[in-house]
Amino acid sequence: MTTMTDPPQVEGFRIGQLINDTRYRSYTFQFIALVCLILGFSWLAYNASQNDQLQSNGFSYEFLYNPAGYDINQQPIPYTSQDTHLRATIIGAINTIIVAFLACVTATIFGVIAGVLRLSNNWIISKLMSVYVEMFRNIPVLIWIIIIFTVAANTFPPISEFRLPRDGSDPERGLLFGMFAATNQGVFVPRLVFADLGWIVAATFLASIAGVFGWKAHAKRKLYGEGKEVPVLGPSLAILLVPTIVVYFILGMPVSLENPEMGRFRFEGGFLLRPSLIALWFALSIYTGAFIAENVRAGILAISKGQSEAAAALGLRPGRIMSLVVLPQALRVIIPPLISQYLNITKNTSLAIAVGYMDLTGTLGGITLNQTGRALECILLLMLFYLTFSLAISAIMNVYNNSVKLKER
Amino acid sequence: MNKSVFLGAVAAASVGATGIAFADGHSGSTLATVQERGSLNCGVTTGVPGFAEPDSDGVWQGFDVAVCRAVAAGVLGDPTAVTFVPTTGKTRFTALASGEIDMLARNTTWTFSRDTDLKFDFVGVNYYDGQGFMVPADLGVSSATELDGATVCIQTGTTTELNLADFFRVNGMSYEPVPIETGAEAVQQYLAGACDVYTTDRSALAAQRAGFEDPDGSVILPEVVSKEPLGPLVRHGDSEWGDIVRWTLNALITAEELGVTKGNVEEMAAAPGDNPEINRLLGTEGELGAMIGLEADWAKNAIAAVGNYGEVFDTNIGESTAIGLARGLNAQYTDGGLIYSPPFR
Repeated sequence: MTTMTDPPQVEGFRIGQLINDTRYRSYTFQFIALVCLILGFSWLAYNASQNDQLQSNGFSYEFLYNPAGYDINQQPIPYTSQDTHLRATIIGAINTIIVAFLACVTATIFGVIAGVLRLSNNWIISKLMSVYVEMFRNIPVLIWIIIIFTVAANTFPPISEFRLPRDGSDPERGLLFGMFAATNQGVFVPRLVFADLGWIVAATFLASIAGVFGWKAHAKRKLYGEGKEVPVLGPSLAILLVPTIVVYFILGMPVSLENPEMGRFRFEGGFLLRPSLIALWFALSIYTGAFIAENVRAGILAISKGQSEAAAALGLRPGRIMSLVVLPQALRVIIPPLISQYLNITKNTSLAIAVGYMDLTGTLGGITLNQTGRALECILLLMLFYLTFSLAISAIMNVYNNSVKLKER
Repeated sequence: MNKSVFLGAVAAASVGATGIAFADGHSGSTLATVQERGSLNCGVTTGVPGFAEPDSDGVWQGFDVAVCRAVAAGVLGDPTAVTFVPTTGKTRFTALASGEIDMLARNTTWTFSRDTDLKFDFVGVNYYDGQGFMVPADLGVSSATELDGATVCIQTGTTTELNLADFFRVNGMSYEPVPIETGAEAVQQYLAGACDVYTTDRSALAAQRAGFEDPDGSVILPEVVSKEPLGPLVRHGDSEWGDIVRWTLNALITAEELGVTKGNVEEMAAAPGDNPEINRLLGTEGELGAMIGLEADWAKNAIAAVGNYGEVFDTNIGESTAIGLARGLNAQYTDGGLIYSPPFR
């Protein structure tokens, strides 16, 4: 300790230090930025409060309890045009969640497959996947939605070909297996109908799924603990199917399929996948799938080659190397950007309006806003809904991310 | 870092300043704003044949467009001084309320809640319409009451959406609504067979049908399920501007009643004639123009630009055009219709 240090200067605080002293300078600028931000927001709020329309109409959400007056085609919960705007909003929100969930699942599947195959040693497959990724990633998703919707309306057979001609002859087309019909008014599929005791069958099936996971955990424990390989596929199938089938027959077949039947104009009964849902779902899946493919590829490339070589040296087959060694480690790299892709999907569902899918933007931000003229209220509520969805997805995915990330001790 | 924060603050401040400037420009009289700008911002449809559509030269033509041009001719003396702003069923009211457009002439139905709750002023009716249904002829439907279970294409954000729901509910029928953003897309879906029925105002149905490859392949069902008085509208709260648009429309209607046409208006306006109402209308007698803050010859300019109401009707949507609409309710009251203008006095 031979170096001499200057004794700390015991001077008072000077105003000039706010700019000149590095200790305070950042605070100064942060404070200025904060003041600007507050001023900006208060100007926005002031401007809104001075708006003629807002001044005469006031700010109120009471319109949500008035009858909506319009119909919605896809109704996850019962709804008539006499129900309130609030109920229409909730239906829109559920429809948003439905398409977002479906698209997240399929986009992940597309993305993982394309990402893994893009690294394939097979030249044709890897190039095909490059073409897929580059083509879908670089064209706006709205255009894909409209392309798919238009193509679907013009290539699927018109429903008139399924109609019973009025002269009593056979229609030009019949149902596939007597159950499915793909038309330009949507894809008609059978629906499960639950009789009185049907819920027991459904509950048994759900319990069986839990049982399958239990068996898998058991097999894993055996493998890691005692080194015994327990068969998984056969028992899983048995656990999944046997109890459900037994219960189903014991209770006298309380669950049945309701097939679509041709009515005067279209199929009645069954379940209808509307073209708007299909177009939106498919477009969001392939578009976001291309981004996820790149995340997956990056994740796999981040795992050093020595890992797969070591696994190969142990005698693992390529499929197992991927699923047991590479992917679990790659997940750590893949999950964080995957969260943003899920958020993107959820937000991009608002493009549903282009094809008339009645999501939250179509009901609350569309017809309700238009019929009531409550633009500010509707848009604020819309923002709140999307914010809630996105934060919820982030929260759930972060829990998952914490469970797979590298545990540092 | 600090520099960028500083630049950000400057940018924020300037954005704020421009915003305030915009807010200031928004208030004040619409007439003064239009005259200062030298052109009229008029909201129209995104394209309905006969009512508002750009022709092959890109010039907007149509029945609603004529109202915009007449107002521009009356206010600015130049029927071409109009900036046409295409709006959809959803964007039109926001565009008008925010001041993006000065008036809206876009097949808009005059309803209680739009007039009061949405704070607009309808200045009159330029077309008495009603909602109808169009179906393919080979569907074998002759009445809208046979449409139980059909798939129906509708333009979203319109009164037709609500009328449709009411009609099917009252008749105890079900239907599958397919909401579509614009009329053109709805027609595409209808032609592809993705919906069995297309519903909108009957005038628009006739207009769209005229453009089909096979107009006879579609029929318009006889039922008229609603009253749809269509007319131009302005923002609530600027009555002077509302008066100008209202009386421009009335001038066109009165001109037809009094036999003033595009062809003879210049001649009639050259010197006072025998009919005092024509004289007052064309500004050769009295001070009507000054009462609404315009030149004495404002109505003459409007009529010279587009013709009288009957001429506007005939050239754009009348029976001699492809759209082929009969005057019907839209005849002068003297011919048994509802078109009636208060007197110019």
